[in-house]
Order: sequence, then structure tokens, then C-alpha cells
Amino acid sequence: MSEPFVTRSDILSWGRVVRAPQRVATPRFRDELDKLLGAANGASLLPIGLRRSYGDSCLNDTGDLIDMSRVDRFIAFDPAQGILRAEAGTSFSEILRLIVPHGWFLPVTPGTRFVTLGGAIANDVHGKNHHRAGTFGRHVRALGLLRSDRGHLTLTPESDAALFASTIGGLGLTGIIEWAEIALVKTDSSSLEVETIPFENLDAFWSLADASTEKFEHTVAWVDCLSRGESLGRGIFSRGNWTPYGFHDAHDDKTWKRVVADAPEFLLNPLSIGAFNELYYRLHAGRPHTKLQHYVPFFYPLDAIHGWNRLYGRSGLLQYQCLVPRATEREAIRALLEEIAKEGQASFLAVLKTFGDVPASGLFSFPRAGTTLALDFPNRGAATLALLTRLDAIVRDAGGALYPAKDGRISREMFRLSFPRWQEFEKDPAMSSDFWRRVSA
Amino acid sequence: MSGASTEIAVAPVTPLRIIILGATSAIAEATARLWAPGGARILLAGRNEARLNEIASDLKARGAAEAIDWPLDCASANASAELGKMVDRLGGLDILLLAYGVLGEQAELERDPAAAARLITTNFSSAAAWCLAATAVLEKQGAGTLLVIGSVAGDRGRRSNFIYGATKGGLALLVEGIAHKLAPLGARAVIIKPGFVDTPMTAAIANKGPLWAKPEAIAASIVRAGEKGGPEIYAPGFWRGIMIVIRNLPVAIFNKINI
Ligand SMILES: Cc1cc2nc3c(=O)[nH]c(=O)nc-3n(C[C@H](O)[C@H](O)[C@H](O)COP(=O)(O)OP(=O)(O)OC[C@H]3O[C@@H](n4cnc5c(N)ncnc54)[C@H](O)[C@@H]3O)c2cc1C
Repeated sequence: MSEPFVTRSDILSWGRVVRAPQRVATPRFRDELDKLLGAANGASLLPIGLRRSYGDSCLNDTGDLIDMSRVDRFIAFDPAQGILRAEAGTSFSEILRLIVPHGWFLPVTPGTRFVTLGGAIANDVHGKNHHRAGTFGRHVRALGLLRSDRGHLTLTPESDAALFASTIGGLGLTGIIEWAEIALVKTDSSSLEVETIPFENLDAFWSLADASTEKFEHTVAWVDCLSRGESLGRGIFSRGNWTPYGFHDAHDDKTWKRVVADAPEFLLNPLSIGAFNELYYRLHAGRPHTKLQHYVPFFYPLDAIHGWNRLYGRSGLLQYQCLVPRATEREAIRALLEEIAKEGQASFLAVLKTFGDVPASGLFSFPRAGTTLALDFPNRGAATLALLTRLDAIVRDAGGALYPAKDGRISREMFRLSFPRWQEFEKDPAMSSDFWRRVSA
Repeated sequence: MSGASTEIAVAPVTPLRIIILGATSAIAEATARLWAPGGARILLAGRNEARLNEIASDLKARGAAEAIDWPLDCASANASAELGKMVDRLGGLDILLLAYGVLGEQAELERDPAAAARLITTNFSSAAAWCLAATAVLEKQGAGTLLVIGSVAGDRGRRSNFIYGATKGGLALLVEGIAHKLAPLGARAVIIKPGFVDTPMTAAIANKGPLWAKPEAIAASIVRAGEKGGPEIYAPGFWRGIMIVIRNLPVAIFNKINI
């Protein structure tokens, strides 16, 4: 029997900033997991999925990783009721290929379909429909959890409410999610009717957001974070509903474009980012328009270029996603955008989205009523970190939170402020991660 | 349009009847996933019943009309008797995929003749018995395809893995002969020769380079081999060129390089 854990230097998170070698096991069957728990020899463990988390929450450099992405089978699919049970490593992409032709869709999806079921639960991900559907965890009917101290458990929101609440958004730290059963949503077709509306500043954004949540299932906005003054926070609002036109066409993953090598660093300088932002705004800025879109370009625009994160070069990117609550959102978002515009360290992608009131199921679930801002920054070392620390201060003063899936740097204090119920967390004693060691130190 | 016949002739589509030997292997499972959506009926033979079961549920969800667990140690089974039962169960055979085999460790196999003999039995002797049993079935049917997973390691003996390589080379020769025999009868046999594949068999090799393929890529070649072509397919295709070079390296040069 060969050693199950192999030291690899090609295991990076999506931001590609941390480059420490990782010890990884890649099981294919659930019956291998018990042995892996035993084989760790006291080193800490962390189950991971497709490593679409940006920072260090899916890395464990002093311990071992269990890559779950090959434990990826469907267990049962009921096309009449829209109930799906699958192993934790099953990707959203594969799930959609199965369910879409039957008229079903994922209840909640993040902006990439290359995430696993287990990873989506462990980050309690949100989508453009948060104001309607809440987070992904709310649609989990049951899950199988393997704990180093309690063995194989089946959790439902009722059966073990405390451990369930720890595991939803539990960052892989409550044990290995082996499988999950989710409730799907019925859609009339596989396309959406999408309205694209340019807005000239933040005030215009707020009125659009207010006017849209009632009538639209999906809403999101892109912001040009280099614009200042009168046009601070100008951007493009996008909102959509499923069309009733009756086609149920799943996508095919064969047609990816790939980025095979790292882009040279000079490609992403403030000038090129500024030009991109200007261009993007002008491209969409004409008149508001409505079009029919398949779910892939609507939900997953970035997936079209597989490996786009490599465009940020070898130093990688830092993503920053924060949330500010209703009461303080207007001043806080303005302050954040002012800080970024002043610095000139522009982000290619700045996304604004208002979250609804639907409560999340997890202790470490990030979404809550308010507004979230997500930004990508090319990693320029100290200067970028200093900017992010200044953004932290604004978020802290506003009573907000940061998203662990996007983080590689926050302090213990900031983590505890973001998740005030941290003391109730039922961690598995064998599990840990780079992220966890930092925020619990 | 009234009056004109709008009848469209639809050829009756009978779902493929497929037998997979070594169905829990990564390449076999990836291949079965490509066959399932077409409504295939798939018989899964392998040693681990629980795993077969998990694979069967998955294939059914993906559209297989039937997925049958067939717990069996292929390396020690009575191939022709067992194959008879399998074919009866399916009511015929369109494709048989032979996907089991072990890699072994060359140094250890050289030290331990019993271990080498076991590997040869598993990879060659037992596999040959299945191939011959399948040939008899295909010959009688006058249709159907035998697909066997070989390896580029069977193309030239190399110090690093010639025992494994010999079993795969032998299998290639056998399948080539079977293909020759079946050709006039309307049936086919194909040996599929993968290069480096990222599977549990090769998990101990860290940091795999650009020559490495995922099981899904090999699976696509196998599905294509099930439809046409043969008797020898490299997977992915670029290995054909690499192996032409390796096979034709003069001994004087070959003996100096460590591959
Ligand atoms: C382009 C892009 C767009 C995105 N858009 C959004 C978005 O709109 N909304 C949003 O919420 N997020 C978004 N994300 C983040 C992404 O959805 C999450 O990081 C997601 O959790 C990644 O899933 P994964 O399978 O890659 O898991 P990984 O990143 O590998 O792991 C995520 C966490 O899950 C844990 N984990 C993984 N598998 C298991 C398991 N089997 N058992 C227990 N724990 C496990 C890991 O330990 C880790 O803590 C986006 C990411 C990208 C790259």
C-alpha cells in the first residue's frame, strides 16, 4: 500500500498567493475516508473541494489535505420532486448537466460552477438571488458528516441543530462532509430574461437596488471603482428572471478556453485596469436593454476562461469581500469606494449586491441583511495589504463582516467581530487550516 | 401538408449492452459515465461490492437504463463460464471493456518472483482468458467489440517497468490477433494504450507534468474506440508519435538513457 498523502507543490488556492507545498490525499471512494483519518498520524486534516476559495481557508500547510473532488457520485435523483443526493465532491457543473434537462436548477449558485457540493456547504455560499433564496445551506435537507471523534453522522437541521449550524459555513473544520441532499428549484427554462441598466453613481445604485428586489429573482451590479467625485460608484446593474420559453438545455464543459501560463505581471497595472473599467462601462453604458441569456453566461461569465486567475501573474490576487449591514450600508459603501479610488489600486471586478433578510443557517455564514462589496486586487505586497487594512477599519466601524472564502489575511479580532457566535462552534479536534490557525491564534 | 406522409422512419435504438471488467478503476468509471446518458445497460464487475453499488447508483442517475453490480475477482474467476452468465443476463453483448490490472513496483517484483508471477497472472494470463472468452461470444454473434486497456509501457521493454510492460505488450499482441480474426466476421477488438494517467494507481507520483492525462480524457478515447477504429489506439493520440520515436531509438542510444 503506498502512502496516501503525497507532498505536492501544485496545490494552490484560487488567489495563488500562498505557495507552500501541501500534503494531499485524493480518495475516490467514501470507504477510504476512515483510513485517511487514521493515516494522518496526529497531523491536522482538512477536506477540500475544487479550491475556488481565494485565500488560505482551503490550505493546510502544517497538516494534510483530503481532496474530495474525486468522491463525486450521484447517490439518488428524484426528477419528480427535485431532490438530489450526491457525494460531497460532485461539482455544480456536473449537477447542472444532470438536473437542467429535467427542468430543475440549483437553489443557489456562486459565480462559478466549478465548486463542489461540500465546498459550497462549508462556505454556505450565496448567489444573485440571496434576497429571495438566502444562502445555499438553507436548501440542504440532510448531510453525511464524518467526525474524527464521533464517526459517521447523518445531520438534518432538526436532528442535531448545533452541529448542523456549525457545519453549514463550517469551513471544513467540523469534519468531512461525505454527501448531502439538497432541494432543487423548478425553472421554466434554462434561460433568463436579463435587463442591463447603467447607473451614474451610488445614489442611482441604491434606487435601482430598491426598485429591483421585489420584481427580480436575480440582481447584481458591477462598479467602476476608479470613478470619483460626482460619478463615484457608477456602474452597470443587471437583473433577471427565468424566462418561460420552455427550453431546458444544459451546458457542455467541452468548450472551455484555457489560460495555460501565467500572464506577465505588467499586464495588470493601474493603467490597463483603468482602461478596462472605462471600456466596460462605455460598452454597457448606452441605453438600458433586455436580452435573453442562457444560464451559463448569466451566472458564470468568468468560467468562459478557465484559469483566468493566472492572468494576475505569479504573485496572484487578493480578493476582498465584505458586508455592511442595512443601518450603515450607504455611508460605508461610499467610504470604501472613496478609499479605493483614492489609492488608485483599482480592481478589475468590483461587485455590489444587496443581501436580503433570509437568515443564514450557519454560525460562520457570511451573508446577512445589508450590502456586500467584492473586489479583486492584483497582489502588490505591502501596499495592497495596507489598503485592505484600511478597508477593514471601515467595515469594522460599520459593524460589518468579511467573507472567509475570499480571505487570506484577516486578524483574529476581525474574524470574531465578523462572527460573534464563534464560541458556539463545534470544531472537529482533528481538523485545521492555515486560515483557522490565524483567526484562532 | 395534408395527405403527404409525415412519417419519419426511426431506427429502433437498442441500448448498448456493456460489460466492464474492473469497473471500479478510475478509467473504467469515467468511461461508464460517458456511456450512461445514452441509456446503456452496463454490467459492472469488480471485487468491492460497496463501491460497485455506489458507481451503479451514479450511472443510473446519469441515465443508464440498467447498472448491474457483479461482485467478482476477475483475476481468479473462470472467465468463460462467468462471461456466459453475464451475457445471458444482458441478453447479448455489444461492448466488453477489460479495465483491470495492477502496476506493481519493478524493484520489488524483481526481488520477489512470486509477486511477479501474481502480477503476470492478473495482468496477462487472466486477462487473456477473458479476451478469448469474449472472442468466442463475438464470433458467434458476428458483432460487438472487445476493448482492452493496454499501456504505452507495452511498446518497448524498459528497465524501469518491463515486467508490467511485458504483460501489457503481450496483451497488445493478443488483441491484435483477435482483431485480425474477428475482422471478416463483423466484430472488432481494440487495444487502447494510455500514456501517463492521473489515477490512484499513480497517486504516489507528485507534481505531474504536461504529458499526464485525466481519466476523463482516456475515457473519451475508449468511447470512440467502441464506435470505430482499431486495432490499436493511443490515448491521448499524441502518444503514437512519442512511441514511434521510442520504439525506433537505436539500442546504443536507448541503453544510455534512463526512461
Ligand atoms: C469566480 C468565482 C466566483 C465566486 N463567486 C461566489 C459567489 O458569488 N458567492 C459565494 O458565496 N462564493 C463565491 N465564490 C467562492 C466559492 O463559491 C467558494 O469558495 C466555494 O466554497 C468553493 O468551493 P470549492 O469546492 O472550490 O471548495 P474549496 O475552496 O476547496 O474549499 C472551501 C471550503 O470548504 C471546505 N470543504 C470542501 N470540501 C469539503 C467537504 N467535503 N467536507 C467539509 N468541508 C469541505 C474546505 O475545507 C474549505 O474551508 C466564488 C469563487 C470564484 C473562484
